Amino acid sequence: MIPFPSRRAVGAALVAGLIAVMPMQAAAQRDAPVIAAASDLQFAITEVAQAFTAETGQAVRLSFGSTGNFARQIREGAPFGVFMAADEAFIADLHADGFTRDAGDLYALGRIVIMVPEGSALAPDADLDALERMLTAGEIARFAIANPEHAPYGMRAREALISRGLWDDLQPVMVLGENVSQAAQFALSGNAAGGIIAYSLALAPQVAARGTYALIPEDWHAPLRQRMALLKGAGPTAEAFYAYMQTPEARAIMAGYGFDLPGDG
Amino acid sequence: MDWTALGLSLRLAGWTVVFLLPVAVIAGRMLAYRRFRAKGLVEALVMLPLVLPPTVFGFYLLVAFGGNSPVGDLWQRLFGDQLVFSFQGLVLASVIFNLPFAIQPAQRGFEAVPLEVREAAATCGMSPARSLWRVELPLAWPGVMTAMVLTFAHTLGEFGIVLMVGGSIPGETKTIAIAIYDRVQAFDMQGAASMSAVLVGISLVTIALTYWLSARVGKRLG
Repeated sequence: MIPFPSRRAVGAALVAGLIAVMPMQAAAQRDAPVIAAASDLQFAITEVAQAFTAETGQAVRLSFGSTGNFARQIREGAPFGVFMAADEAFIADLHADGFTRDAGDLYALGRIVIMVPEGSALAPDADLDALERMLTAGEIARFAIANPEHAPYGMRAREALISRGLWDDLQPVMVLGENVSQAAQFALSGNAAGGIIAYSLALAPQVAARGTYALIPEDWHAPLRQRMALLKGAGPTAEAFYAYMQTPEARAIMAGYGFDLPGDG
Repeated sequence: MDWTALGLSLRLAGWTVVFLLPVAVIAGRMLAYRRFRAKGLVEALVMLPLVLPPTVFGFYLLVAFGGNSPVGDLWQRLFGDQLVFSFQGLVLASVIFNLPFAIQPAQRGFEAVPLEVREAAATCGMSPARSLWRVELPLAWPGVMTAMVLTFAHTLGEFGIVLMVGGSIPGETKTIAIAIYDRVQAFDMQGAASMSAVLVGISLVTIALTYWLSARVGKRLG
């Protein structure tokens, strides 16, 4: 037999106490704008945001995902301050439909690489000859790219594989990441022969330690013109972060992650 | 270890319990005692979230509560805030999705209260509310507690819906389950491992608590 609290006050006090310690939202966090950033920026923008906070004392919140998913969420009313897309077409569409403040700015040009995990039999070469050879021999168990339905890095990987004539043959062994960082996770998990991922991820220390990569020729796919824009609800901190992206400090960090920068000629 | 995400998950689970406690008591009691024509349908609807894929539910929530929907629009005008991609939206989704976990065990708890005892309470002149508080809840509370514990734990583990309607905003919609997913994608296995361990611990405690409580459902007042 377990005693039941007979006094109403006990229950009421418990509920009241519970509600008191559980505000619906953490007030301090509400002021920091959310930067919705394409997954290829996982490491680069984390570093930029740290530098931004160190310099200005203002905080931002980062959310990473595939560009296509973010674009959909913005149309459904997601409260983001800045949208940093991996492909400018998404910004243009959002702008045309009135979701962004203006046409935005080009902030980086991305590249794709073939990357294979430590100990993989596949050698990463820019021409993908080794991939073709092993594929023909049936020695590729799994090969990862980002989902080309909504992830720009997946779209470019598909274009490159189509132009190299490997797309159809890769179908049976293809695994799709929800975004390019998950594709990288799949490619380097040790369960796949490798994958096509963002150069900016391959250069990050956490990723670089896990494998080797080769840059895929730029003319095999449409350029990855990465554009950002302030969204309609953006406040002063979001504006400050947006402006900071165009400073030499931020550009130096971006260049360190292998991005070509607009205006460098 | 992402303490913000853990705190957010605990707050979400806490609010879900706060909202579902009265629902579980009222609906569980009604389903346990009453006989009505559409009862089978109501019970089926309550259990639906148990078998429905969270993505299906998340999809309907997006359609029903998104910025372009009448409900989402009304909410925006009333509270000046979005329903999707907000903590409030997650609480709403979580309350609906946890209905089976809250109502089912509570119903079992009330079913264990013998009819004679309830009749005796009524004969003694107790109002239904007084009977509920003084007689039925003291007997049925292990079931109600099980319901709340399950609801709490299940909310901590919810992933699919949060992914669909959350947007992974730190401190707002980035729950511990989403944070683990993000950490893996960021190649931070250490972070994912420690957060996963915390969730395993909480889940184990929950299961133990549930078993301990359910062993007590139906025990009579001595």
